[in-house]
Amino acid sequence: MLWDALTLQLGYNATLVTVGAALLGIAAGATGTFLFLGKRALVSDAISHATLPGVGLAFMVMVAVGGDGRALPGLLAGSALSAGAGLLCVSALTRRTRLSEDAAIGAVLSVFFGFGVVLLTVIQSMSAGRQAGLETFLLGATAGMLWNDAVVIAAGGALVLALTVLLRRPMTLVAFDPGYAAAGGMDVRRIELAMMGLALAVTVVGLKIVGLILIVALLIIPPVAARFWSERVTRVVALAGAIGGLSGYGGAAISATAPDLPTGPIIVLVAFALFLASLLAAPGRGVLAAWLRHRRHRRRVHLRQGLLALAQGQPIYEALTLRLLRRAGYVRADGVATEAGRAQAAKALLDERRWQILRGDPAHEAAAARYDGLTPPERWLTPDQIAELDRHLGPEAVT
Amino acid sequence: MPLELAAKHGRTTAPADLGRSPLAIRGLTVSYGEKPAVFSVDATFAPGAMTAIVGPNGAGKSTLLKAALGVVRPLSGRVTCWGRPLARQRGRIAYVPQRASVDWDFPTRVLDVVLMGLYRELGLLRRVGPEQRARAVACLARVGMEGFAERQIGQLSGGQQQRVFLARALAQEADLYLLDEPLAGVDAATEKAIIAVLQALRAEGRTVVAVHHDLATVPDYFDRVFLINTTPVAEGPVAEAFTQANLQAAYGGRLATAQMGAVV
Amino acid sequence: MGMQFVSLSLPPLLIGIFAAVACALPGNFLLLRRQALIGDAISHVVLPGIVGAFLVTGVIATWPMMLGAGAAALIAVVLIEAVRRLGRIEPGAAMGVVFTAMFAGGVLLLEQSDTSDVHLDVQHALYGNLESLIWLDGLGWHSLLDWQALTGLPPELPRMAATCLGVGLFTAVFWRPLKISTFDEGFARTQGLPTGLIGLALVIVAAVAAVAAFDAVGSIIVIAMFICPPAAARLMTDRLERQVGWSVGFAVLSAVLGYVLAGYGPLWLGFDHAVSAAGMIATVSGIILAVAAFFGPCRARAGAPAEG
Repeated sequence: MLWDALTLQLGYNATLVTVGAALLGIAAGATGTFLFLGKRALVSDAISHATLPGVGLAFMVMVAVGGDGRALPGLLAGSALSAGAGLLCVSALTRRTRLSEDAAIGAVLSVFFGFGVVLLTVIQSMSAGRQAGLETFLLGATAGMLWNDAVVIAAGGALVLALTVLLRRPMTLVAFDPGYAAAGGMDVRRIELAMMGLALAVTVVGLKIVGLILIVALLIIPPVAARFWSERVTRVVALAGAIGGLSGYGGAAISATAPDLPTGPIIVLVAFALFLASLLAAPGRGVLAAWLRHRRHRRRVHLRQGLLALAQGQPIYEALTLRLLRRAGYVRADGVATEAGRAQAAKALLDERRWQILRGDPAHEAAAARYDGLTPPERWLTPDQIAELDRHLGPEAVT
Repeated sequence: MPLELAAKHGRTTAPADLGRSPLAIRGLTVSYGEKPAVFSVDATFAPGAMTAIVGPNGAGKSTLLKAALGVVRPLSGRVTCWGRPLARQRGRIAYVPQRASVDWDFPTRVLDVVLMGLYRELGLLRRVGPEQRARAVACLARVGMEGFAERQIGQLSGGQQQRVFLARALAQEADLYLLDEPLAGVDAATEKAIIAVLQALRAEGRTVVAVHHDLATVPDYFDRVFLINTTPVAEGPVAEAFTQANLQAAYGGRLATAQMGAVV
Repeated sequence: MGMQFVSLSLPPLLIGIFAAVACALPGNFLLLRRQALIGDAISHVVLPGIVGAFLVTGVIATWPMMLGAGAAALIAVVLIEAVRRLGRIEPGAAMGVVFTAMFAGGVLLLEQSDTSDVHLDVQHALYGNLESLIWLDGLGWHSLLDWQALTGLPPELPRMAATCLGVGLFTAVFWRPLKISTFDEGFARTQGLPTGLIGLALVIVAAVAAVAAFDAVGSIIVIAMFICPPAAARLMTDRLERQVGWSVGFAVLSAVLGYVLAGYGPLWLGFDHAVSAAGMIATVSGIILAVAAFFGPCRARAGAPAEG
């Protein structure tokens, strides 16, 4: 069953939804990266919650002019308009008052959402018992979706993705260094507007599949997960797209296999699983790697400080230092230095002395910046340069 | 006279000295990531003196203060105040942070900030009485800011903000004052006022330790200097430790830009 | 009129007011700490909490649900902090990752568990049901003095009142540590204040307020009341004491006005159904914020004069 879903053999609708979710995921991951790198990830939360009044108003307008209130394109257009209004409010509150952006986001999302709920209750009383079904926009629902809706979603996903690919260069530049981009003659404000517009488009297209509360996850989780794997913007964008696409595709496929596996939550949970894996296992920024590095660094510091103390015949207070020295065979159980310990200590002291000469010498400024108390100067200097340093030290130091 | 290397990583100070020093640091290393900001620092600050911590940008001056106060966690090392652990002596220590470390848009008045200095005395519930208020105003007066008590802190200039921080520290009536770049980016009048207050503190027998960036004024303002560049370079009375050779050792290639030609 | 008001309107009004104030008080500090959205995150994880409690106990009862929601809020706070520190990720993104994932888990559990015939759904957690909290024994103002009648009050009322009182006490007792550590964390630590613990306590108090409120009034009010009244109050004054006072006033005003507009507004406009009171209260708080943003005396950032 899952295999059928993954290979797109569960009927036209399921296939369209799966493809649409994948396209949407890629676009969301890539777009979200630009927001995340600009430290504005939760703007997407304001956008998504602000869609609700638009959905309600669009329904009422469509019913008022005698149409079908549930026509998806109309509802999506309405949601886009009110999300846009929400974005304007966030930016107005941030720029015109002393409130910070997070407060503006929170205010806009709660107030717009509250107003949307008011409209939904109005609609409930209007339609007098007949369910308008607008609640599905809260959590998304792909079960029983019409063919037309599925087409809208697949086409919308493709469109958003195409726009993201088209605008990726200027957006990367602006996210990486707005000052530089502006100096290069780019209209930073317009590109930022385009970023917001894309995030808005992702939200609107995703409403029907994942729902407005969870669409935020697609804009935030893939970029955060991708960030663990690379320090380069272009790669983070590409990876976030890949993680988003994988979540959309996998999530939609898994959910198609059973009626009680709602699409939105499954997509989000797949993304979260990928995030967890990245958080723990990524080399470089991953938790495991960082913890190992910190441990190693702490040991190096203690060992080095211990050796320097040995070399100068000073007492060692810290238990960890003593333990490390003992384990390395540099001191005996009674705290007296061994042969190897004395040799290592002498070398550590020599390193320090060489560094001291080197760091006081303007000619070695570049090398001096590399001083970390741990690395011997030979690492950065040629034997000739070391010999030159030693001439300043005097003969008794170098033995 | 460069400090002997033997003393550089040394615990050579006699225990009696340690006990009297308001701030003694042993084997202190603090790393952000994998490069130590300060490495294996030993420092014993003299009681009743006014000491400048001097070194190039990124030499770990602020980190040294913050680690001494327990604001950042060190990788190794220990700090004692008057021979006892820091936690027991907090009431005797006042700290003036860098101005940039605070949200100046916070809704509070100048007088409220100074009253924060009385927290250890007031605790959770005791009300601020007329006596405490008068003391806070007096501290403001010492830094020449008594006319600003009711102002919102965001309306102050940089120099005035710095003076308010100093007034808060004065309200603590501490024995050891630690200041992080108190003179950075302030006007000449503020600089004079701050130095006058610090010198008055020293005259009362209190200890002052300040991170200082302006080499030219070190001999005028301070009586001792602690030179650092990740590791300690030299420490002592200005006349002995604040020398061309020590500065060269601390600043390396950056000395020419840092120096204003006023070294003793 | 008196009888109808006492039995139908007084309890929901009071519950709304208590909920609004209980959320607005910690909201002031969260706002100043740039943690305003933690309320948003907490409200979202209430759903997995109550679903989890139902799956564990098998009954829909108030206390298990509250405990479940509280536990979920605590887990969320800890997870956000862990993701932020371990992954070195900015707080907003860390919140976004955690609360969406937990919410998704809650929805999934809800769909998996067979709760179709019991009153447990997403909408309830979002909107609450303020209008239904009526007092059948309230036959008039005199019932307020009648012990027998008072025992018939909706249990949400004393619960919310107690929560509001508790939050108020916390704010009053820990006023100084909260203020000092919010303004200048480094200084607070040199005073021996446990700043990490204070921050955690604040978030936990916020979570308690949110959990107590969501059952009665729904998550929307909770998020709106954490942010809108304190934000509007910040634009009215430059003193923390007065800001908190303004925020309480705005919270009460939003609750009263929102409730009245939701109940009677549609009737005035010729509709015959009331609209969601929770949604209306949130809307009113937003209008108050908008007014403060245009006319508040302290709306602009303090323009620090040039150096010197």
